[in-house]
Amino acid sequence: MNKILEVRGMSKIYGPGCPLCIESTGPEADTNLCPHCGSVVAIHDVSFDLFEGEILGVMGESGSGKSTVVKSLYFDQAPSGGEAIFYDRDKQYALFSLNAAQQRWLRNHRFGMVYQNPHLGLNFNISAGGNIAERLLMSDLMDYGAIRERAKTLLARTEVLLARIDDLPKHFSGGMQQRVQIAKALATQPPLLFLDEVTTGLDLSVQARILDLILEIQQELKTAMVVVTHDLGVIRLLTGRAIVMKYGRVIEAGLTDQILEDPQHAYTQRLVASAL
Amino acid sequence: MTPPILQVEAYGKHFWLHEQNKLIPSSHNVSFSVSAGSLTALVGPTGVGKSSVLKGIYRTYLPSAGRILYRDAQGHVLDLVRASEHQILELRRREIGFVTQFLHCLPRQSTLDVVARPLLSLGVSRDEARQRAAEWLSAMNLPERLWSVSPATFSGGERQRVNLARGFIIKPRLLLLDEPTASLDPATAERVIGLIEGLKAEGTAMLAVFHHPEITRRLADQVVELAPLPAVEEALKDFA
Ligand SMILES: Nc1ncnc2c1ncn2[C@@H]1O[C@H](COP(=O)(O)OP(=O)(O)OP(=O)(O)O)[C@@H](O)[C@H]1O
Ligand SMILES: Nc1ncnc2c1ncn2[C@@H]1O[C@H](COP(=O)(O)OP(=O)(O)O)[C@@H](O)[C@H]1O
Ligand SMILES: [Mg+2]
Ligand SMILES: [Mg+2]
Ligand SMILES: [Zn+2]
Repeated sequence: MNKILEVRGMSKIYGPGCPLCIESTGPEADTNLCPHCGSVVAIHDVSFDLFEGEILGVMGESGSGKSTVVKSLYFDQAPSGGEAIFYDRDKQYALFSLNAAQQRWLRNHRFGMVYQNPHLGLNFNISAGGNIAERLLMSDLMDYGAIRERAKTLLARTEVLLARIDDLPKHFSGGMQQRVQIAKALATQPPLLFLDEVTTGLDLSVQARILDLILEIQQELKTAMVVVTHDLGVIRLLTGRAIVMKYGRVIEAGLTDQILEDPQHAYTQRLVASAL
Repeated sequence: MTPPILQVEAYGKHFWLHEQNKLIPSSHNVSFSVSAGSLTALVGPTGVGKSSVLKGIYRTYLPSAGRILYRDAQGHVLDLVRASEHQILELRRREIGFVTQFLHCLPRQSTLDVVARPLLSLGVSRDEARQRAAEWLSAMNLPERLWSVSPATFSGGERQRVNLARGFIIKPRLLLLDEPTASLDPATAERVIGLIEGLKAEGTAMLAVFHHPEITRRLADQVVELAPLPAVEEALKDFA
């Protein structure tokens, strides 16, 4: 098995920052807000590896920095420090040293993202099919007929009724919006996919079908994924390894069943116990 | 004579519960080995740490002391206590199976797919994987009408059979079994015992905990009696 992503010491500070930001925040300080300068240390010193075809879970309570991790890797926002290397076939890319055009190319061709908030992942002013077409166009597929066919295949694959291909996403249920997002993310068959709380807020039967779909995709396409969720059930079902975050720091990392059944850190023990 | 597949040396495990500020000893100084085509049974009173030994080998629990030497299909020996997470995941995928007492599955996934899944991750086609899953489920005597539904709502005994079928399907080199017949009726238990014997005859090394002493007597080639746990002060010596 080969490594596809290597993240080292990634951090993101919102605000001016000061020399005391790091020591004044984190699990020990019990906050991510620097009392000296008012900056938010959203993440600090986050490191992990991801292998081809593997699903890694990122767990932690609200505000712990989970979304910040994936948004930084997907180039939605520049991190304040650290590095990440993406290994793609025989090439490797130091993600945060690339220029904007190179980053856009990777984002459009080699990465996929499903956002917590469908408004971030979908263009609500164009149809479901149009959303997928838009992504295919960005990845250089130009033939109208081919694009339409590919959009249909993807929507069928993610179980969106083809009769609704020309409807606007705002007329869709939450579960359908997430499936259109997944179809869009998969359009370019990326080897690396980021999923941020894809099932949060959906009712249980819809959740189950989306989780099922994600597992099928992983088995069929061998897509490596980073799955962000505060739902321990989702973590257990989808992931083989996981990291636990609190106030922007990784406080524990390990095999998923080990983290859930033999958590080492006091915080993880509380988190797991409260979910029982 | 071929060397054992698994050699556990002075294995120890304790839990440190931060919230209660409490140390719970769970296994202490456990040593034994398991060989291909043979079954080693762990026995002892409840709470003596039988399940914890199995979980430590599978790395669901992080061992606190000792070595767990595993000889893989290529003949390389590695210490499962120190192996990397990716090495463990790879061994779980190809060589080491664990039939636990609980089943975690997707609410919508059919029983057939739950059982077939380990084969899919080895690259077996969906059709063939389902075919083999069906064979194992009928061998387990699980009524065919249940195959297309999710095990989420199954009874204890039905779940147990799904779990067994899923554990057996890749014919692992080492199989860990935690009370595999505990919730089965006598006739079904008898079938499962037959399947365990079959797998053993094909060369699988097994480490098992059985509910009934009589099944241990029938199936075990070797019995390891776990000694009652020492006081906390003894367990603390593992730290030293
Ligand atoms: N643009 C921003 N400006 C200022 N602070 C921000 C910004 N984006 C995120 N933060 C802060 O960074 C921290 C981490 O946010 P993030 O969205 O990564 O959390 P999360 O773990 O994904 O939480 P949730 O489970 O609620 O989605 C939070 O304290 C958040 O308020
Ligand atoms: N995840 C855990 N956290 C804390 N204590 C545990 C955990 N698992 C087992 N133990 C403790 O370890 C000891 C051995 O348990 P176990 O291995 O389940 O015994 P057996 O299978 O022999 O009945 C018991 O005292 C049990 O309460
Ligand atoms: Mg978030
Ligand atoms: Mg037990
Ligand atoms: Zn500061």
